[in-house]
Amino acid sequence: MRLSSLGDSALVVRIAPDEAAGDAATIEALRAAVAGLATANLPGVVDVAAASATVTLVFDPTMTSVGTLGPLVEHLLRARSERPAPAPRAVSLPVCYGGAHGPDLDAVAEHTGLDPNTVIRLHTNARYRVAMIGFLPGFPYLVGLPAALAMPRLAEPRMQVPAGAVGIAGDRTGVYPLASPGGWRIIGRTPLPLFRPDRDPPTLLAAGDIVRFTPIDAAAFDRLATEAGR
Amino acid sequence: MIHVDRAAGLTTVQDLGRPGHRGRGIGAGGAADHLALVTANMLVGNASAAAALEITLVGPTLSVDRPISIALAGADLGMRIDGIACPPWRAFDLPAHGCIDFTGRRAGCRAILAVAGGIDVAPVLGSRATDLRAGIGGVAGRALRAGDVLPVGPPPAWRPPAGPALATDLRSHGGGTVRFIAGPEADWFTAAARDTFATSAYTLTPESDRMGCRLAGPPLPRAAPRDMLSQTVLPGTVQVPPGGMPIVLLADAPVTGGYPRIGVVITVDLPIVAQTMPGDSLRFHEVGLDEAVALCRERRRALARLQVGLSCGETRR
Repeated sequence: MRLSSLGDSALVVRIAPDEAAGDAATIEALRAAVAGLATANLPGVVDVAAASATVTLVFDPTMTSVGTLGPLVEHLLRARSERPAPAPRAVSLPVCYGGAHGPDLDAVAEHTGLDPNTVIRLHTNARYRVAMIGFLPGFPYLVGLPAALAMPRLAEPRMQVPAGAVGIAGDRTGVYPLASPGGWRIIGRTPLPLFRPDRDPPTLLAAGDIVRFTPIDAAAFDRLATEAGR
Repeated sequence: MIHVDRAAGLTTVQDLGRPGHRGRGIGAGGAADHLALVTANMLVGNASAAAALEITLVGPTLSVDRPISIALAGADLGMRIDGIACPPWRAFDLPAHGCIDFTGRRAGCRAILAVAGGIDVAPVLGSRATDLRAGIGGVAGRALRAGDVLPVGPPPAWRPPAGPALATDLRSHGGGTVRFIAGPEADWFTAAARDTFATSAYTLTPESDRMGCRLAGPPLPRAAPRDMLSQTVLPGTVQVPPGGMPIVLLADAPVTGGYPRIGVVITVDLPIVAQTMPGDSLRFHEVGLDEAVALCRERRRALARLQVGLSCGETRR
């Protein structure tokens, strides 16, 4: 555990080295640290969240400081180190692969030397974990992508990727919760809303969740999208 | 009720934002210039967290059906009430059927227009702030359009006097020098690049928005190519993409970013960044954490003095 400051209003706690980001042990350690620090209601702290292998506490610099928070944070994390975080949830995401919903499926097949159906089979047979939520509200960075499917981002990001687009970037897979510019290789699309601001919690997924993808056809996509009000 | 008779530029409902959801990928957002928001709210007797309008460069035409107190802070966009010029950092009384319009920018980039009682749109995730990218808060998660009608909350029980105002040297203006603290990846850059960043003028480009101010100037090369994981970024974080041109993130910054962070602009100087318009230039001066913290506390005391000044001259509604 190493503490550092980020500007004058954030304290960063390193939980693991960057090389260990995405490891199951790191994901668990981050979840435990976030849970412990967020429920402590530290005075002046307005937000606690994990990113890669660190946890950041954002605070009001007129109410507290790195010097005040540092020892409290160290104490809380030591005291909690024995206790596991709550059990992860398992979520299944229906995905319509290829065609208009997955414009990069053929490019991924070509790059990986697999046929498109094998890409879909490998992508749906794997079990993923949400390493972190970032970039956009509810955007899950998923680890567990089969090594055969790893592929670099697009050299030129698309101006617009639709909400629900399922993509690959490097050894991660992810889902765009909102329409957004984006450089991930889009192989399919889920009709389920990942960002739902009128619900509590406001995102379908949280760090630590276990995710599986199940293939659906275009008709099922349309039906589910209508049900979801998209 | 406030009627939007004509919309121009980008006007959104903003408050102090919705901190507490970073773990879900949702940044706090809120007014780009907190100092202007807090001051304008104080001038009309609101709590600092009340929602106001953030008006970018070009103002809309607004009207009210009932008399109401308003205050303007931040940029001077040439506001008028029924044709009479109204400078920022002051409160005004708008008569029944009064009309607000804007004749053109004179200084700054973003004006805050607060109304007594606050803009009373429905909060989303604890805030009325408009997040354009997520499409939440404000009016249907978007900028104001002609024909919109904005509800106003019940006026506060007391009405500050017209006299006191925030000390002029604290008022936020755009351009000039902002202070920063070295970022976690500062040592990824060459010593020459760090020196360049701290000594050169950078011009804001037209691609700048509430997410970030994109800068043009001498490029900042990295010492060696290195991959970076997505790490925490905040408003004020200065990221440097591979092209070497820095970006200062603003209120609608994402929660994580994958470019090295050469520095973080200190909290008290964020209003300067928010008030800098495309074409204006910024310089960056490095300070230590202790100095930044002392400046934050000094700013808080200045705002407290203003609040006390307003309360002492209180007049009953």
